[in-house]
Amino acid sequence: MTAAVYDEVPLSPPNLSRRKLPWWAFLITAAAAVLVTWVLFELTPVYGRIIFVLVTGALYLIAQTALSVSVEGWRHAKNRLMTSLLILAMILAVLPLLGVLGYTIAKGLARFDGVFFTHSMRAVAESDPNGGAYHAIIGTLEQVGIATVIAVPFGIMVAIYLVEYSRGRLGRVVSFFVDVMTGLPSIVAGLFILALWVLALRMGNSGFAGSLALMILMLPTVVRSCEEMLKLVPVSLREASYALGVAKWITIVRIVLPTALPGIITGVMLAISRVMGETAPVLLTVFGNNVINNNPFDGPQASLPLFVYNEVLQSYDTAINRAWTGALTLIIIVLLLNLLARAIARFARVRG
Amino acid sequence: MEPDIATTGRSPTSVEPTPEDQPRGATSLRKGRTPKGGDVAFRWLSKGSGWLILLLMAAVAAFLVIKAVPAITSDKTNFFTTQVWDPDGTGKFGIAALAFGTLLSSLIALVIGVPVAVGVALYVSHYAPRAIARPLAYVVDLLAAVPSVVFGLWGAVYLSPNLIPLSTFLSKYFGWIWLFKSTNETYGKSILVAAVVLAVMMLPIVAAISREVFVQTPTEHVEGALALGATKWETMRVAVLPYGRSGVVSAVVLGFGRAVGETIAVAMVLSSTYKISWRILDPGGNTIAANIANRWGDASSPIAQGSLIASGLVLFAITLIVNFGARAIVRRGRKASA
Amino acid sequence: MAKRLDIKDLNLFYGKFHAVADVNLSVPPRSVTAFIGPSGCGKSTVLRSLNRMHEVTPGARVEGKVSLDGEDIYASSVDPVMVRKTIGMVFQRPNPFPTMSIRDNVVAGLKLGGGQDRKTLNEVAERALHSANLWGEVKDRLGKPGGSLSGGQQQRLCIARAIAVRPDVLLMDEPCSALDPISTLAIEDLIGELKQDYTIVIVTHNMQQAARVSDQTAFFNLRAQGQPGHLIEIDDTEKIFSNPHEKATEDYISGRFG
Repeated sequence: MTAAVYDEVPLSPPNLSRRKLPWWAFLITAAAAVLVTWVLFELTPVYGRIIFVLVTGALYLIAQTALSVSVEGWRHAKNRLMTSLLILAMILAVLPLLGVLGYTIAKGLARFDGVFFTHSMRAVAESDPNGGAYHAIIGTLEQVGIATVIAVPFGIMVAIYLVEYSRGRLGRVVSFFVDVMTGLPSIVAGLFILALWVLALRMGNSGFAGSLALMILMLPTVVRSCEEMLKLVPVSLREASYALGVAKWITIVRIVLPTALPGIITGVMLAISRVMGETAPVLLTVFGNNVINNNPFDGPQASLPLFVYNEVLQSYDTAINRAWTGALTLIIIVLLLNLLARAIARFARVRG
Repeated sequence: MEPDIATTGRSPTSVEPTPEDQPRGATSLRKGRTPKGGDVAFRWLSKGSGWLILLLMAAVAAFLVIKAVPAITSDKTNFFTTQVWDPDGTGKFGIAALAFGTLLSSLIALVIGVPVAVGVALYVSHYAPRAIARPLAYVVDLLAAVPSVVFGLWGAVYLSPNLIPLSTFLSKYFGWIWLFKSTNETYGKSILVAAVVLAVMMLPIVAAISREVFVQTPTEHVEGALALGATKWETMRVAVLPYGRSGVVSAVVLGFGRAVGETIAVAMVLSSTYKISWRILDPGGNTIAANIANRWGDASSPIAQGSLIASGLVLFAITLIVNFGARAIVRRGRKASA
Repeated sequence: MAKRLDIKDLNLFYGKFHAVADVNLSVPPRSVTAFIGPSGCGKSTVLRSLNRMHEVTPGARVEGKVSLDGEDIYASSVDPVMVRKTIGMVFQRPNPFPTMSIRDNVVAGLKLGGGQDRKTLNEVAERALHSANLWGEVKDRLGKPGGSLSGGQQQRLCIARAIAVRPDVLLMDEPCSALDPISTLAIEDLIGELKQDYTIVIVTHNMQQAARVSDQTAFFNLRAQGQPGHLIEIDDTEKIFSNPHEKATEDYISGRFG
């Protein structure tokens, strides 16, 4: 075993330095890429913002790689190329979010007024500039509210079963079907309630039918998040309670659940924010309504996502404007719920 | 898992020194503050909830089948190979074009969305400075909170016209690729628009799950690669990507499942046709879910309703297969890394 | 190929925390230098700063000079990738890449550079495994995953992986702390062989090990909890263990603390 046996492998480099491109070289490359793209757009009939960005990006990546290969070698060029690509991916992911939010805010503010939040579409023609979504907001709040009231206790009990009681096949099967439910398309949940509640039982379209469909969609999220939270409660806490002679179910209700509560609330709120914007199941079960129907158990109701969908289908600008404002309202509600859920999660983490 | 003492409701240590006035022995143990009945009832309540979940899923499958079978048997043509949807008129309807459109749009969405999502996950987990990694991850998560109807609105009003130049460009210079061929150079509400919307919608899920697995790469593997003189990217390739591979694959499959089931956003950006066509730039195309949303309004006869429910059943089956696939991949990945 | 390391006025930080203060020492080529000292005294941190692994930890910072045969490895023109290629490292816990075969693990570092054909890679793998005294045990299962080996074998695999790229210096961060006594003996024998070709720096908790394998020993200590660690003294191993200059060293070695 001597040094000579490694002759096939190149010796260690004589020194540790390497030639490095200065940061401004990349700035110049980027500027050149923009310029060349602009010239190309002037010379050829190609047009469009999206293509401009794509062509500029591609040109920049090619130029950067060529430059880097010639100065720094292919390994570092590849490293640079991949870093650029990852940053590009990040930009591509954030752009649509900014696009959707920005566009919705810009378009939605036009009708973000008092009339929109206090009036329904009763006796309002689609071409009228007024009209509002009061009936839809009421409907959504009631439907999601009822869905939550059913799904949360149900989901928590299932989670308790999975974490505290199940030992064996039933637990695994339940866990598996909760996973299957997670992947259930929302329209299929809607179809199911439609087939069962509306068609087979002839209960008719109502807000409650929508609640049932939304409940099915909420359940797996609630179960999974509760399960995670219950698992985080230390065993020692339970044992301390058992050691005092407290019954298991009292321990669960009084000790385990309160400890896991902030996390459970976060999960529930994320579940709510998810079903709040669901359109497809509501479309099939609630049916939609132009007037205020405060009773979720009797007759078709409106709902905010459904309101947006229906207004878009009209070809009047006035209707499209209402759709944008509805979308803006929906985004605000959902994002607020989301932020609140995360704030609770953070608060809980600090405390735990 | 709980320790076994948990099942009895008390631990052995509950045998505490009892007060003088109480008799000692086993009887005092039964005299707890709570009767045993509470425990039994609670256990049955939670177990019953578990059974109810199974019942619910069985009911979903059963009622879809009950409503679908009469419609399929009354179909005047083969349900699985036909490319029309006319249950009330000619009584002919088939799932072929819809299933094709569903898979094609979701696959193209994968091709567009997955590289971006995995890139985002890698950037957030290993490249971004700590101070901005968390906000960035948060912003991408917010994408998941935007309701699909809003994506549909954005796709129909903003994206669809803004993709026309790109479609023109693709068909003009890349028309020799069969996907980019254009029939009469009118573009707009095409499979491409639907695929881009779906790509944006699946992005946060795929990115979030991939990020989770990338973050869990053991530091010792990352450092092992660096200590061999690997560049940052080589470290990703040698240590991080192999470690996260099965997680990323299952994330992709889950994202695919989401795309397949997406309804309203697709219904809003497609102009529905019932024809199998590879031309993703042409207006047209349709998916199972979008077709249900579009046709439900005028489906008043039991056959028309049943035909849509039957298509929903097919969609359900597709998502089931996709989810089973994802689970199998995760399980195999776990076994390989164990 | 073995080169000399000189450390001058080295200060190491994790964010605002001053981990190690004012280290000055030299590591001669073709010898083994052991870093000993109580937990938290910064000996591993110093070791990690010798091939620029310290800066991988977010917030970590280095002040001072570390030079390899006179070339400052922290100079702005220096490429950390090149440094780590030249100064190899073996970690506390064996860390073969789990998805790679034994052979691929050994040549992982070489493959990064590219350009070698399969035959060369196989030859290098064989020689590196010979050098790491592992060839006999794995020659029939080179295609099996690296994780299928025992802990001691995995660690020798990691040593083979480190020497396959032909470094000048080999840093070992408590390489035996996760191993059983027999595997430890095998690694110690291996260190004795490797020092004919490499400059070796080893961090160890085990003083007998330092006495057995090293030519010179550096003792690190904390003045007080929360204070930065620093170098108490460095001398020939024989001297440190028989007649150290400092009282603190003697106390530590005789087991009066730490």
